[in-house]
Amino acid sequence: MRRRAVDNEDPDRLYTLTGGRSQANESELDLVTLIVSQADPIPGMQSEYAKILRICRSPTALVELASELGLPVSVVKILLSDLLSGGQVSARHPSSARASAQLPDAAFLKKVLVGLHNL
Amino acid sequence: MDSTISEKATRTPLRSTVIDGLKIVVVGGFGVGKTTLVRSVSEIRPLNTEETMTQAGLGIDHSDTAGKTTTTVAFDFGRISLNEQMVLYLFGAPGQERFWFLWDRLFAGTLGAVVLVDTHRVEDSWYSIDRLEHHGTPFIVARNNFPGSVHDLTELREALTLSENVPLIDCDARERESSKQVLLTLVNHLYALSSARETTS
Ligand SMILES: Nc1nc2c(ncn2[C@@H]2O[C@H](COP(=O)(O)OP(=O)(O)O)[C@@H](O)[C@H]2O)c(=O)[nH]1
Ligand SMILES: [Mg+2]
Repeated sequence: MRRRAVDNEDPDRLYTLTGGRSQANESELDLVTLIVSQADPIPGMQSEYAKILRICRSPTALVELASELGLPVSVVKILLSDLLSGGQVSARHPSSARASAQLPDAAFLKKVLVGLHNL
Repeated sequence: MDSTISEKATRTPLRSTVIDGLKIVVVGGFGVGKTTLVRSVSEIRPLNTEETMTQAGLGIDHSDTAGKTTTTVAFDFGRISLNEQMVLYLFGAPGQERFWFLWDRLFAGTLGAVVLVDTHRVEDSWYSIDRLEHHGTPFIVARNNFPGSVHDLTELREALTLSENVPLIDCDARERESSKQVLLTLVNHLYALSSARETTS
């Protein structure tokens, strides 16, 4: 039932994909940061980049993107940092990343409650 | 199984207006019903993904890749669109001690947590509760009603040495309505904490 994509993944391929980098400037990207394409894939583009640009035509959380691509979150962060710096995607950062306190204000939580009630 | 194709077929994109991703974590021991709870309220079939950490000197699940020790942890998640702008992600995370160094990083910025407990194995949740308290992450405890649960809620509160301020409820993770109540209980708890803070400041 579970996909074990990474276990079956050739480490060399992951290494190539990320150009050997092991860390993105990842402090900026959260699991729920929403990625949105700003450009279409171009012919000859590395297939993972092209896939990301196709998937993110609708806003897509980093964690969903990783799942969809079958790649570890950390690898997807690295790929995204390239697309972000090239302007091919943009990121909608979660409001929690801007908040200094962990607990959001009551008005914000009220909206969450309303959303859950409507489930 | 060709999960790539089945996921493509069932993938439900988010609305184009969504701007804010929120997180709630469901923690608990193996088999306590985390995935079941996520599935029962999620608008998508729970997905699974992996986080790898490159770190030295950890004797767990590691493989040596390009001279570094890589640890891989799998976790599953679901999602709930709350309104035009907010989407809530639910993460099911194993609560074992050996995984917490990852959760610290993965779940920074989470709204709060649900600790799922199976009363046949209460001790499985001690570590998670301890850790959440230490971290100052707001949480509630939900007892998943497996047949022949061995404690009532008062006994369970004692067994967990849970403070009176932490909500403790019953649930059946297989039931959507029950799982929804679990999330509402958590967010109501957060709301009360936040309101109290606003009136005292
Ligand atoms: N009787 C009963 N069984 C449950 C309940 N919740 C989960 N289960 C079953 O317990 C098993 C483990 O659940 P799962 O969600 O995979 O646990 P996880 O390891 O915490 O993700 C599955 O076979 C579920 O069908 C519940 O509330 N009542
Ligand atoms: Mg599970």
